[in-house]
Amino acid sequence: MAKRIDVDDLNVYYGSFLAVEGASINIAPLSVTAFIGPSGCGKSTVLRTLNRMHEVIPGGRVSGQVLLDGEDLYGPGVDPVNVRRTVGMVFQKANPFPTMSIYDNVIAGYKLAGARKSKDEMDDIVERSLAGANLWEEVKHRLARPGAGLSGGQQQRLCIARAIAVEPSVLLMDEPCSALDPISTLAIEDLINDLKNSYTIVIVTHNMQQAARISDRTAFFNLASVGQPGKLIEYDDTSKIFSNPNEKATEDYISGRFG
Amino acid sequence: MSEPGLPTAPTVTPPAPFSGRRRAVSTSALVGVRLPSWAPYAAGAGAIGVALGLKALFGWEGWGTSFWTAAVLFVIGFTAWSFSVEGRRRAKDRFASTLIYASFVAAVVPLLLILFYIGVQGFSVFSWDFFTADMAGVTSRQEGGGLYHALIGTLELVLIASVIALPIGIFTAIYLVEYGRGTFARAVTFFVDVMTGVPSIVAGLFIYTFLLLGFGMRPFGFAGALALAILMIPVAVRSSEEMLKLVPRELRESSYALGVPKWRTILKVVLPTAMSGLITSSLLAIARITGETAPLILLVGYTTRVNYNPFSGDMATLPMMVWDQIGKRAGTTSSDLTTARAWGAALTLVLLVLILNIGARLLARLFRPKAQ
Repeated sequence: MAKRIDVDDLNVYYGSFLAVEGASINIAPLSVTAFIGPSGCGKSTVLRTLNRMHEVIPGGRVSGQVLLDGEDLYGPGVDPVNVRRTVGMVFQKANPFPTMSIYDNVIAGYKLAGARKSKDEMDDIVERSLAGANLWEEVKHRLARPGAGLSGGQQQRLCIARAIAVEPSVLLMDEPCSALDPISTLAIEDLINDLKNSYTIVIVTHNMQQAARISDRTAFFNLASVGQPGKLIEYDDTSKIFSNPNEKATEDYISGRFG
Repeated sequence: MSEPGLPTAPTVTPPAPFSGRRRAVSTSALVGVRLPSWAPYAAGAGAIGVALGLKALFGWEGWGTSFWTAAVLFVIGFTAWSFSVEGRRRAKDRFASTLIYASFVAAVVPLLLILFYIGVQGFSVFSWDFFTADMAGVTSRQEGGGLYHALIGTLELVLIASVIALPIGIFTAIYLVEYGRGTFARAVTFFVDVMTGVPSIVAGLFIYTFLLLGFGMRPFGFAGALALAILMIPVAVRSSEEMLKLVPRELRESSYALGVPKWRTILKVVLPTAMSGLITSSLLAIARITGETAPLILLVGYTTRVNYNPFSGDMATLPMMVWDQIGKRAGTTSSDLTTARAWGAALTLVLLVLILNIGARLLARLFRPKAQ
C-alpha cells in the first residue's frame, strides 16, 4: 500500500517567481518525514507539489520530477485527480465541509467523487476511518450531526479520517497542529505514530519539538533572503539533524539562533 | 532631539504631580469633560426655537426655510458648544455623528413615508374581489374590477425571466469565480458591469427592434420577459459571484485533495455551501425586475382581460396597471375610483416583493450550513 516518494531536482514556480529551487528528497515508505524551516522557505509549497495541489493556485507550475514508486507524477497523461486519490492531504486549518454531517464528511471522498457504495460498505468505511483517526468513540453517537459542531482538535481528526477513508498510499500534513492546543496536538501526534504503520507520512511543522518527537527523517528548508528561492539545505535522520547537523544553517535554526 | 549647532534644549521637566491644573472640573487625567446626555436635545430645541423666532421676525412663508435654518443652526451650534466644553476631538465626533444620523434619517424617512402612504392608500381597495376579478368592462367611473389579470401577467413574466436569466447568471458567476482567467474573464466582468447600467428602456428597445420590428410581431408577454431577463442577468451574475467568492478556498482544496474532480467539487461542495447566498442573490435579482415598467410599455402592452398565454396577445402587469389606472384619471370627475385601484395595484406589487424577500430569507435559513 504505502509508496515511496523520490523528488528529483524540483523547481517550483508561482508564475515567473521561482519559489523553491533544486529540491531532491527520497522518502521511504512507512516513514514519517518532517519538513521544517522558517516561514516562506517553501516547505509547504514542496509538500503541495507531492499531490499536485500546487497547480490549483493560478500560475503554479513545477519542473523536475516527483516519482511515486518510480512513476512520475508530472509525466504526460497523468491525471491530477488520480494522483490526489493516491496521495491524501490534511490542511493547516481543520476544514470539514460545513454542509455535511460527520458521517458524510468521512465518506465525502467517495460521495463527492460519485462512487457508488452500499450502506453497509459505507458504514464500515466510516467506522474504520474514524477509529483510525481516534475519533470513533467520541462521535459514534452523533454521526448525523454537522461536522462543524466539533471542537478544533476533533475537526482536525475528522479531516484526517476523511483523508484516510479513501485509502491513500501517502498522507501529506500541512502544519496539522498549528491551530490546536497541546492536548489535541498530542492526540494528533499519537495518531501519526499509529498511521505510520499503514501510510507514508510527510508533515510540515513549525514546531521543532514535534518534528523531533514524531519524525524519522527531517528536511530543513531555508531561503537566503526574501525574494530568493527557498532551498533544501539538509535532509537526514531526525536524530542527526537535531543533534549533529552537517550544515551550520541547520544548527543555527535548530538551536534558535535565527529564524 | 536637538539639531547640531543649536543650543541643547533644556531637559524636559518631569510632569508635576497632578493638581487639577489643566482641567478645572476633571479629577483624573483619564476622565474628560463631557456634555450632559440631554445636550443634543437641548441644542435641538434651541435651534428650533431660534428658527421659529426668525420665522416670526421675518415672516417667512411656509416651513422650508425654518426647517433648514434650524438644521444648520443645530449643526453649527451643537458643534461649537461641544468644542468649547469637550475640546476639538469630541467636537469633530459630534459633528460627524450629527451628519451620519441626518443621512440615515434622510434615507429612511422617505422610504417609510412611501411604504406608509402606499399601505394606507392601497389597503382601502383590498377585497377578495380585487384579487380575483379583472378589469374587463370596468370603466373609470365604475366601482369594482381587480388586478387578477395584472397579477397573473407579472407572475408569468417574472417566472419566465427568472427561468432564463438565473441559470445564465449563476453559470456565468461560476465561470468567473472558478474558471475565468485572463482577458476573456475580465471582458465578461466588464460587459456585465456595463449591462448593470443599461437603462431598462434600452433593453426594451433592443427586443422591440429585434423581435417586434424584425419579425413583424405584435406585443406579447414573452418579449417582455426577454427584456426583463436582460436586465436581470447582470444583477444575478454580480450577486452570485460575490456569494461564490465567499466559499473558502480551503474547502475547494480539501475536496481536490480527496481526489474529487473540479466539476464535482463545484457541484457538491461550492454550490451547496453557497446555496443560502445564491437564493438571496436570485431573489434580489427578481426583486430588481418585478416593478420594471419601461420595456413592458413597448413589448407587452396592456389589456383589461386575463391572458394566460405569454406567446400571444397583450398582457397586463402590475406596474402597467398602475400606469393605466392613473392615466385614466385625467378628464374624469370620479377620479378616485381609478386612483384607488392604482394604489391597490402598487401595494400589491410592494407586497409581492416583500413576500419574495421573506420567502428567500426563510429558504436561505433552511439551506444555511449549521453548526449544531
